[in-house]
Amino acid sequence: MKKITQWIDRRFPMTAFVKKELSEYPTPRNLSAWWNFGSLSGVVLVIQIITGIFLAMHYKPDAMQAFASVEHIMRDVNYGWLIRFMHSTGASAFFALIFIHMARTLYYGSYRAPRELMWWSGQVLLLMLMATAFMGYLLPWGQMSYWGAQVITSLFGAAPFIGEEIVIWLRGDFTVGDATLNRFFALHYLFPFLIVGLVMIHLVALHMVRSSNPSGINLADKDNIPFHPYFTVKDLFGLSVFLLIYAFFVFYSPNLFIEPDNYIPANPLQTPAHIVPEWYFLPFYAILRAVPDLVGGVIAMGVSVMIFAAMPYLDRSKIPGGARYRPIYRVLFYLFVVNVLVLGYVGAKPPEGWLVPLGQVATVIYFSIFVFLPYISKKEEIWLRAKGLPSVVEELICAEEEEKGKRSQRKNRGKE
Amino acid sequence: MTDDVKNPDDPERRDFLNTVTGVVAGVGVCAAAWPFISSMNPSRDVLSQSSTEVNLKDLKPGEGKTVAWQGKPVFILHRTDQQIENMSSSQGVKDPEADAERVLKPDWLVVIGICTHLGCVPNRVKDGWFCPCHGSAYDNSGRILHGPAPRNLDLPPYEFLTDSTLLIGRSST
Repeated sequence: MKKITQWIDRRFPMTAFVKKELSEYPTPRNLSAWWNFGSLSGVVLVIQIITGIFLAMHYKPDAMQAFASVEHIMRDVNYGWLIRFMHSTGASAFFALIFIHMARTLYYGSYRAPRELMWWSGQVLLLMLMATAFMGYLLPWGQMSYWGAQVITSLFGAAPFIGEEIVIWLRGDFTVGDATLNRFFALHYLFPFLIVGLVMIHLVALHMVRSSNPSGINLADKDNIPFHPYFTVKDLFGLSVFLLIYAFFVFYSPNLFIEPDNYIPANPLQTPAHIVPEWYFLPFYAILRAVPDLVGGVIAMGVSVMIFAAMPYLDRSKIPGGARYRPIYRVLFYLFVVNVLVLGYVGAKPPEGWLVPLGQVATVIYFSIFVFLPYISKKEEIWLRAKGLPSVVEELICAEEEEKGKRSQRKNRGKE
Repeated sequence: MTDDVKNPDDPERRDFLNTVTGVVAGVGVCAAAWPFISSMNPSRDVLSQSSTEVNLKDLKPGEGKTVAWQGKPVFILHRTDQQIENMSSSQGVKDPEADAERVLKPDWLVVIGICTHLGCVPNRVKDGWFCPCHGSAYDNSGRILHGPAPRNLDLPPYEFLTDSTLLIGRSST
């Protein structure tokens, strides 16, 4: 065994890599349970790929056969029901974990320098996850699948001049049809592997800048501990808890996340009375509906997803540690979370009565938080520093400012 | 803390925990892998075709037909008295076997029509079958006469439900 390892190590840095990036990888000792959701998302990505590959062995991406082949999986294939429910529940679990992962980053300000690239690669991962989930949702070829795809592809009709051509190009047909189903299947199979690639980049960036931690301060070497066994054990414990919850939904409530209408085969001539997207799209769907204009609604929805990328610039406070040491930012954070839940509720209900203005108010609040954040965060910093920060924190901020000043001086000298 | 945890750094205790964790994880992974492996086995709609009923009324002596059983060709030959006599007097060549051991009723030969060499379907010729792929010849008992095939044509499980109804896929004997 030792000889084999040596043979490989002379040709490939296996032992060194495992040591540096895994077993002895220095990790902040104070990571809380909130730092578990990245690795959990990775596990769910693997579950989705494995169950997906096995479903693809039995599924037929053909408008005439798709619905029946899903029922074939449910009734005839050995454990087909289990694999399908693992996949459908896994999609919801993936979004739940990613949303918590994002919320942790927002709460603790982990998106700030030097972790901007982590945040942005995460933003692209979120978009790819959304695209993958959306395309996967068409595959069962039920009523909700069909009309969801019809509505979302229609959104591209908002593009100026060539909107209609884009929609037809996306569908390969004048409505969502066999061609659409076939290409969605092909791309739904491709995207997860692109996601795996980007996750690798996400991890390379992580190992460059190391994990953030609840204190918001980059820890001294003595406050980092090796990843193994401390965090392998911690992540395994978190995984066990997650799998318990996941298994509960898979075995006891698998249809909770599947609209009953999706057990009706797709009918291009009849829209269901009330169509709703999957729960993870509801807040964005509510924003789309809140704007009483097609183009405006599409733009608002797009911006509502993409605006997270601007966070490293919108948040101008230098106080470390995110919401924990910033009372006003903390209030904004919770306001944002509650507001997203309100939007989700509005998105799930038919657009009638008082829900319409509620959705509009929530949409305004959603964007206002981002728009006013630069001003509020700067004011908050000035207020907190005037009030008197702990001397350690004040020193850190001063050191950072000094460093920044030196860097710009060097840059100016270079110009001269 | 408590009395039974005398030494938390006790290496034996640590080894025990490592082993238990490893065993539980191993069992868990195996248990989780089983549904996936099982899903690749024939599904229930495929299994439902695991037996085939054949009506033998139209087959006169000397006539034969090919039916599908589990998607595989099965040769049914209604043998004449002359053919039965010829077959029971020989033992085959490469894979000697008595004709009586290859049939339930001497009138009816039922064999799987897949060449035991590389899986082609032999064609009916005078006095037997001949595989077009690599030239294996079989007699009217489905026994290999010459060619590269290693053994006689395989026999499916079958039984006669009535004198004129054959059920392939299940055997009462």
